[in-house]
Amino acid sequence: MTAHSFALPLVLCSAFWGLVGIAAPWFVPKGPNRGVIITMLVTTAVCCYLFWLIAILAQANPLFGPQLKNETIWGGRFLWE
Amino acid sequence: MGSLFRSEEVCLAQLFLQSASAYSCISELGERGLLEFRDLNPKVSPFQRRFVGEVRRCEEMEKTFTFLQQELRAAGRLPAPCPESPRAPAAREALRVQEQSEQLAQELREVSRSRSSLRDRLRDLRQHLHVLREGQRFTSLPVGPGVPAGLGREPILDPSLHHHLDRKINFVAGVIHPWRVTAFERLLWRACRGYLVASFVEMPEPMEDPATGESITWVIFLISYWGEQIGQKIRKISNCFHCQVYGYPESEASRTEAITRLHGQIQELSTLEETEKYLAEVLDKVAQVLPTWRVQVQKMKAIYLVLNQCSFDVTKKCLIAEVWCPVRDLTQVQDALRQGSVSGSCFVQRVPTTESPPTLIRTNKFTAGFQSIVDAYGVASYQEVNPAPYAIITFPFIFAIMFGDVGHGLLMFLFALWMVLYEDSPRLRQGTNEIWLTFFEGRYLILLMGAFSIYTGFIYNECFSKATAIFPSAWSVATMANHSSWSSAYLATHPSLTLDPNVTGVFQGPYPFGIDPIWSLATNHLNFLNSFKMKMSVVLGIVHMGFGVMLGVFNHVHFQQRHRLVLEFLPEMIFLLALFGYLVFLIFYKWIKFSAADSRVAPSILIHFIDMFLFTSNAENLPLYPGQVPVQMVLVVLALASVPVLLLGTPLYQWCRQRAPRTVRPRAHDFAEIFMHQAIHTIEYCLGCVSNTASYLRLWALSLAHAQLSEVLWSMVMRNGFVGLSYVGGVVLVPVFAAFAVLTVAILLVMEGLSAFLHALRLHWVEFQNKFYVGAGYKLCPFAFAPDTWE
Repeated sequence: MTAHSFALPLVLCSAFWGLVGIAAPWFVPKGPNRGVIITMLVTTAVCCYLFWLIAILAQANPLFGPQLKNETIWGGRFLWE
Repeated sequence: MGSLFRSEEVCLAQLFLQSASAYSCISELGERGLLEFRDLNPKVSPFQRRFVGEVRRCEEMEKTFTFLQQELRAAGRLPAPCPESPRAPAAREALRVQEQSEQLAQELREVSRSRSSLRDRLRDLRQHLHVLREGQRFTSLPVGPGVPAGLGREPILDPSLHHHLDRKINFVAGVIHPWRVTAFERLLWRACRGYLVASFVEMPEPMEDPATGESITWVIFLISYWGEQIGQKIRKISNCFHCQVYGYPESEASRTEAITRLHGQIQELSTLEETEKYLAEVLDKVAQVLPTWRVQVQKMKAIYLVLNQCSFDVTKKCLIAEVWCPVRDLTQVQDALRQGSVSGSCFVQRVPTTESPPTLIRTNKFTAGFQSIVDAYGVASYQEVNPAPYAIITFPFIFAIMFGDVGHGLLMFLFALWMVLYEDSPRLRQGTNEIWLTFFEGRYLILLMGAFSIYTGFIYNECFSKATAIFPSAWSVATMANHSSWSSAYLATHPSLTLDPNVTGVFQGPYPFGIDPIWSLATNHLNFLNSFKMKMSVVLGIVHMGFGVMLGVFNHVHFQQRHRLVLEFLPEMIFLLALFGYLVFLIFYKWIKFSAADSRVAPSILIHFIDMFLFTSNAENLPLYPGQVPVQMVLVVLALASVPVLLLGTPLYQWCRQRAPRTVRPRAHDFAEIFMHQAIHTIEYCLGCVSNTASYLRLWALSLAHAQLSEVLWSMVMRNGFVGLSYVGGVVLVPVFAAFAVLTVAILLVMEGLSAFLHALRLHWVEFQNKFYVGAGYKLCPFAFAPDTWE
């Protein structure tokens, strides 16, 4: 229904997880747990970013579309817009 | 990172303890809990060790304490746990504790005995009194028609009225257990029919049964009979039934006299109250000191058991103890010895060793849970890389891939949050249910699992199996309908129609965060989701395994085996990346390069992958990019070439090093073992790459199962609550929701949660850890005084 750009979410998400995984480790206070916290931040950033990236790439160029029931089409056509 | 990255350095040390201060030194070390003592007298039986006498003395004291505790519990008092931790007592104090405890035990025994005998006597007297009193009712003169009914069965005729009958009436009176009354009556009737009259009445107040201690309402019986033989029979029958028989005087006067006498005797037993008071005082004293004594004697016994493990050096007149000590704590150990010894004569000395020391990894309350799930499979070998810091995030993440649902994740997160916020409450900590304790120990684990499940739930766009349209959907039904002229009449005749992304305007770009909500309305949503989830599982699996191989680098560098970087790490990475890294590349390439325009001729990655190994090609399967076939050939050759390097590299290198003139012995048989070991490692690695990649497909399988179960629960249970839009429908919704909630928690949260937990654990233990982890170590168990468990 609405056009979604591909570049904007890519930039935003990369920036966000880049902040978490690359920038935030510099600001972790010194203490006995500094290493563990940095490991956790980097691992979280990598895992979550990769998962999101796979989800958006899998939908970027769909090879087929959704098959809808006629009731759904009727509702979507006349009620949703 | 501290010791979570790899275990700490632990050294073997010897403690030299003067005999006089050995006890206090060990006590000091036990309070701090730093060292693990090794047994230097393994062949000596426990009865021949040096301090066996002291250990026996401690055990005797513990026996006395057990007796005291039993007495406390019998009196209904709960022993309070010891508030602060007392130190182990010196020899003189221990003697005092022993004497006092034995004295208290003796006093307690005496007082208990006198109390129970007084109570028995009192009970006896009171029973007798009741028997006489109740019996009075039957044998007193009839008062006239105003006699209240229900005075037992039949009033017996007063013997004085029937003295002319020339038969002397005798009585047997006593007390019988209420359950035996009917049998007793029946037997009396059968045995002495017609020659006796028996009456039974319940005692007005219940009394204690001497055998079982429970309070029972006894039944008083009064049998009047005539004839001596009948009397003997009756007495025999009463004996059989364990009745307490009392003498029943015949004349009224003697009866009243007996009653007054009994009253007087009961009054005399007022000493019973004083005995009870004294007993309570003794118990109070015991309850006050017992917890401290228990802890002190436990510590003393532990110290003597440790001293038994030391060896005695006659020449230097000191005890020598061999300990495993973390290098970081050596100064603390020195401090402790200085504090414990009288003249500062005890010291510690580091000793070189070729044995493998135990593993020590210090954790806090957050990391302890994750370290324990790694240790459950195998404790890390000495100073090898610890997978736990990475598992803190990857384990909940892999769990969340299989569990992804915002609603379920939120419930799990809130449950764990409650446990974490109230973790200091004693009610939560002192639960005895094992299952609850397991959940409580893993509260941080469950917290992270819930948090990541919320994230993956948003990506899968599932909240209790319903999709949310945070952003509007990218698929336009209206455009498709306009393009294909889908009128209402057309729709009526076609039950399902497909949106075609080739038509301009139907598909307007990828959904920015997660899966587009239109897929939850589509009947072919599994076609899309299966492809997406399978590819996702394979990609994440290969990334996880690649990370595991890279962690091996740290081990090679740390153990000074840099040759393994070139001879093992490099071939392993080439094999993995050339084959499965290329697969990941193909997946991403196809996602980016192929769209709906060439959907009819889109190549199949699977067929390409199979053809790559078989060096064939399929005419119908178009190449993904020009030059694909030669590139694939090169990659396969590269991967196959790395296998013999992996197989023979390290053994040949070690063999060559041995042939250098430095070493003396050739050690041929060792080479065979090394070669065998490396062959096994190669086969395991290469076959493992293939099978483990496929194993990661369980991420797809379990997430599919969870989604389907969730959907079934919604459509079969919850939807039925929305049938009526009237007030009745609102009332019907309540039990339907109750059923939905119970099934959600039981099936989806507990069962699926445990299942996903198990599979995530397996993926970590097998697929991830077999790339770098050996796990053949043993933990450092320092000698420390464990907190006293009262039961």
